[in-house]
Amino acid sequence: MKINLKINGEKKVFDVSADEYLADTLRKNGYLSVRKGCDTGSCGACTVHFDGKAILSCVMLSLRADGHEITTIEGVTKKAEKIGKYLVDEGVDQCGYCSPGTIMSILYLEKCIENPTDEEILHFMNGNLCRCTGYVGQLRAIKKYLEGKK
Amino acid sequence: MKVVNNPISKVDGMGLVTGKPAYTDDLTSSNSLIVKVLRSPHAFAKIISIDTSIAEKIPGIECILTYKDVLRKPFTRAGQCYPELSAYDKFLLDEYVRHVGDDVAIIAGRSEKIVDKAMKLIKVEYEKLDPVLDYLSAEDSETIVHPENDIFTNVDVGFNKDKNIACEVNFSVGNLEDTFKKCEKVITKTYKTQAQAQAMMETQRTYTYLDIQGRLVVVTSTQIPFHVRRILSHCLDIPRSKIRVIKPRIGGGFGSKQTAHSEFYPALVTLKTKKPAKIIYSRKDVFRGTTSRHSMKFDIKIGSDSNGIIKAIDMEGLSDTGAYGEHAQTTIGAAGKKVLTLYNKVDAVRFSGKAMYTNRVPGGALRGFGVTQGTYALEATINELAKELSIDPIKIREMNMIKKGETTPLYNMTTKGASDDPMYMDSCQLEYCVSRGKELIKWDEKYPNIKVSDKRVRGVGMAIAQQGSGLPNIDMASASLKLNDDGFFTLMTGATDLGTGSDTILAQIAAEKLKVDVDSINVYASDTDITPYDSGAYASSTTYTSGNAVINAAENMKKLLIKYGAKYFNTKETNIDLLDNYIIRKDNNKRISLKEFSNNMIYDYPHMQLFTTGSYVPKKAAPPYMAGFAEVEVDLETGKVTVLDYVGIVDCGMVINPKLARIQIEGGIMQGIGYSLYEDVKYNENGRLMNDSFMQYKIPSRKDAKNIRVEFAKGFDKTGPYGAKSIGEVVINTVAPAITDALYNACGVRIRTLPITPEKVFLKLNNK
Repeated sequence: MKINLKINGEKKVFDVSADEYLADTLRKNGYLSVRKGCDTGSCGACTVHFDGKAILSCVMLSLRADGHEITTIEGVTKKAEKIGKYLVDEGVDQCGYCSPGTIMSILYLEKCIENPTDEEILHFMNGNLCRCTGYVGQLRAIKKYLEGKK
Repeated sequence: MKVVNNPISKVDGMGLVTGKPAYTDDLTSSNSLIVKVLRSPHAFAKIISIDTSIAEKIPGIECILTYKDVLRKPFTRAGQCYPELSAYDKFLLDEYVRHVGDDVAIIAGRSEKIVDKAMKLIKVEYEKLDPVLDYLSAEDSETIVHPENDIFTNVDVGFNKDKNIACEVNFSVGNLEDTFKKCEKVITKTYKTQAQAQAMMETQRTYTYLDIQGRLVVVTSTQIPFHVRRILSHCLDIPRSKIRVIKPRIGGGFGSKQTAHSEFYPALVTLKTKKPAKIIYSRKDVFRGTTSRHSMKFDIKIGSDSNGIIKAIDMEGLSDTGAYGEHAQTTIGAAGKKVLTLYNKVDAVRFSGKAMYTNRVPGGALRGFGVTQGTYALEATINELAKELSIDPIKIREMNMIKKGETTPLYNMTTKGASDDPMYMDSCQLEYCVSRGKELIKWDEKYPNIKVSDKRVRGVGMAIAQQGSGLPNIDMASASLKLNDDGFFTLMTGATDLGTGSDTILAQIAAEKLKVDVDSINVYASDTDITPYDSGAYASSTTYTSGNAVINAAENMKKLLIKYGAKYFNTKETNIDLLDNYIIRKDNNKRISLKEFSNNMIYDYPHMQLFTTGSYVPKKAAPPYMAGFAEVEVDLETGKVTVLDYVGIVDCGMVINPKLARIQIEGGIMQGIGYSLYEDVKYNENGRLMNDSFMQYKIPSRKDAKNIRVEFAKGFDKTGPYGAKSIGEVVINTVAPAITDALYNACGVRIRTLPITPEKVFLKLNNK
């Protein structure tokens, strides 16, 4: 089945099957920043933006993306690098496998909550699992980034 | 020092966080065959028949392999130096399946869909056998997990398969019975631990193809590229020279990738079809088909005088190694060796450990590697002893723990190749760790508890721990340095960066020695065709062992730079020095940049490539130490335990990179909190995993992150690279015993079986 969608601002037409998930479609078409970590929508590594909203692409059928706009980290390089620098400065890049998904959630966080508290950041980002860092360093990095923007 | 002990950022950090293709699956070709494994639904069964004929007819299926199609040759998947201490008890595929998730058949086809369809059409008839599901009674079980007679061990480890014993470890010092008789206080406690999943974010995955010369290339997410080459060569029966293993970036390991798993299947497919092939483990494959932390049970008897001076410790451990003996001997051994050495003032000590085969998912490496389990049991028991003697837990440590400059014959006994000369712990900063932690957590104000309300109470608890730094006289690392034209170096290392930042700290070490900036060092790691040998990223070895190899390579390079620098300046070698990317003639301060010098070397005179190698194997135990302090809050209505604050003070010698080391500690503590409170790989009565996804198996999430505070002791170990010891594993060991005691101190509930779930606490609270 053909789907028409916009990815990172570019119009694309993909041939997908009815039971295909968006994360697979994206990876197949070269958007390799989209990572799969759990297959069950539990870890957040596959987070992309769907019409500007953060979603888990490993549990969204590709067909649902027909007519919509998808943004992966490849489409927001400048913004991602800015956040990424804070993560790297804090040493919480570590294995990096979950980082693109985490950055996509941070981008959505700043869109949704102005001046979030620690609790709000942790709650909002709770769906992005990380096994390396223990999260506290990532919280430091996110706060510094949000502070640095002001 | 300019570069070492600096918190520089990871050299690959920006590329990783912004999602650049770097991991195994990012590097596969689009025409790779998709490989999947049909796994056993039964805990123990014999395959009566397998019919693949219908599945093979599906268009796009390229090959299906069963045990009838592959070589039968026992081996171990454990990544250890040869000869391995793990039993050769695994076959590529076998007519017996020994755990739910054990491999039955390999299916390769042109798409995932085709492979999934074929998998459903393979007809397997099993004769179900009675499984052994409880390791505590496995020795007397009528079922023998390994009935076959062609399995063996390379080294005598007490392997007795007819009693389901994978191995035994025994050692002792002094006369235990006599010493216990003289003790005024003797306590005996039993502690049990559960299986924990490594839960690295990137699952196991491997991509294989034949190169232009028909050699097998294996691109794989592994901690042990050189062991993988040797293991594959052995079980596939092809020479090591015909295999190249490449490690790309790794999405976490924590020990999960210290055992070869996903490599075998695509390798077999590629050898058979001559086509590129890849396997990407699903999370379910990981839970069912790889390894988890060994469950262990310890009976501990401690004797002391009435003042709390510990005189004797007897520790008896039993470990569940599951269906295969991967890392069985080394984990149960470490549970004694790297734990009992903490208490060096005893007159007698004994350790006896045994690992049992069961029909559960095999035990494997996971950060801490047996030391975590052993530390939990011993430290929790010592906290109980303190309580029974009404001594502060910190006081009992101060009286009994190992201190700077001290030793115990146990270090000699448990270090391979050690002489009789005492092995002094000259760099041990445990005393500082304990006193600083006490201060930071405000122990004297908070111990034992503070009542917050009628429903909430807070308690503090503590524990100490150590680990190793590499494996003395076993695991070797090497590194090579090449001076390129234009004055930059390539550092080739067999060491494997799992995300910990080892590429970065190894570059720092090389830069420090060569007096250049870190940007002048390009790291190329873990390609068995190109980089020199390294045992792998395990046993807390990379900073210490691989770091020392880098020092040696850099020292050799420095000698060459001085030699040719002296020729260039027409002076003697003692008149030459290196500084800030320059070679300097000391007497007249003339200098040449490495850029100009290397361009001369290569394009002009003497037309020469400078290339050096260094190797290193540890000779001495150089343990890092840690003191951990937990403050928990207990909800007396629900039994929920929340870790409000965790203070970790770590002695890892000189800290090569404080930023990256800090995150190792924070991450290790969080992993320890998960282990202590809720992580638990559970099985039902038929031996099937009940939580084989992240929906059911819960690792700590962001909302579990409260306060974690870490500091380093100022340390220096003269055997370490620039004084460094290891960091990666010691950081998980104090958490469970510290939380266990904090809970007791808060509300009088003592849980002796991990994890400390609200249910267990609630039941105890209400039975009091």
